[in-house]
Amino acid sequence: MIGVEHYVVVSSILFVLGVLGIFLNRKNVIIVLMAIELILLAVNINLVAFSAFLGDLTGQIFAMFVLTVAAGEAAVGLAILVIYFRGRGTIAVDDVNRMKG
Amino acid sequence: MIHVIAFYLFAVMTVASGAITILSRNPVHSVLWLILAFFNAAGLMVLVGAEFIAMLLVIVYVGAVAVLFLFVVMMLDIDFAELRAGFVRYFPLGALVALVLLAEIVLGVGAYRAGSLELGTPDGTAAVAEGLSNTTAIGALLYSRYLFLFEAAGIILLVAMIGAIVLTHRQRGEALVQNISKQNARRPDEATVNVKPEVGKGVTL
Repeated sequence: MIGVEHYVVVSSILFVLGVLGIFLNRKNVIIVLMAIELILLAVNINLVAFSAFLGDLTGQIFAMFVLTVAAGEAAVGLAILVIYFRGRGTIAVDDVNRMKG
Repeated sequence: MIHVIAFYLFAVMTVASGAITILSRNPVHSVLWLILAFFNAAGLMVLVGAEFIAMLLVIVYVGAVAVLFLFVVMMLDIDFAELRAGFVRYFPLGALVALVLLAEIVLGVGAYRAGSLELGTPDGTAAVAEGLSNTTAIGALLYSRYLFLFEAAGIILLVAMIGAIVLTHRQRGEALVQNISKQNARRPDEATVNVKPEVGKGVTL
């Protein structure tokens, strides 16, 4: 039978894939944002699985809040990307040094 | 039996489409594979009885976020081949970090299964009630116990919306804008003239 461990395995593989995606596509910030979405999806699978197997709905409520934050993050991230592209004409982010930080 | 088959189908599809998302050469394909990953994750959530979150995932991610990604990818005119230049160079470090992370998670799950970790038990305040559908139960909890968090989530969405609009809004020079204080400061005597022209003669303005 499928237990909570199966879900933890799937979500940890997805989490690691997201982290790997951030490293592999370091220049292409669009794919980096998608990798962050994958990481948040893994977290959501974890929350929902534990919530269902424990018989406690708090995890699903928190998955909803994670979803909210992920949607806001995607909107603001893509807006920053669009204005960065307008000013630079490229989205290569490995040499972002406008603020001289 | 069908439950197990469905779980493995959804799990394999989720992991595979997640992998293709980060490895794909074309970002448009990446977005499409991301959508497939979200659909299969929603399937996984339906299997454990969390229909509401699954439908929310499909509506919010596939309906809004993925379309936003697709829109931005297609709007920006980018040479994606150039952006992939460092792919091979970054691979060893990325694989190392991923392996270390995976090993840590496997150790954590193994320690839990061996019984050396006690996660505690739910206190029963949010227990699943018998006879209520998943959506009803979540609604009852969300509008009572987590009402303030729910309002805070709404404020986060509002701030994100205003932020995205303010960031991408462009003030163009030729656009006509209303200057309210200038309009209000105008008086009739400086804006109009009263003339009484004689018959047959025009007026010069």
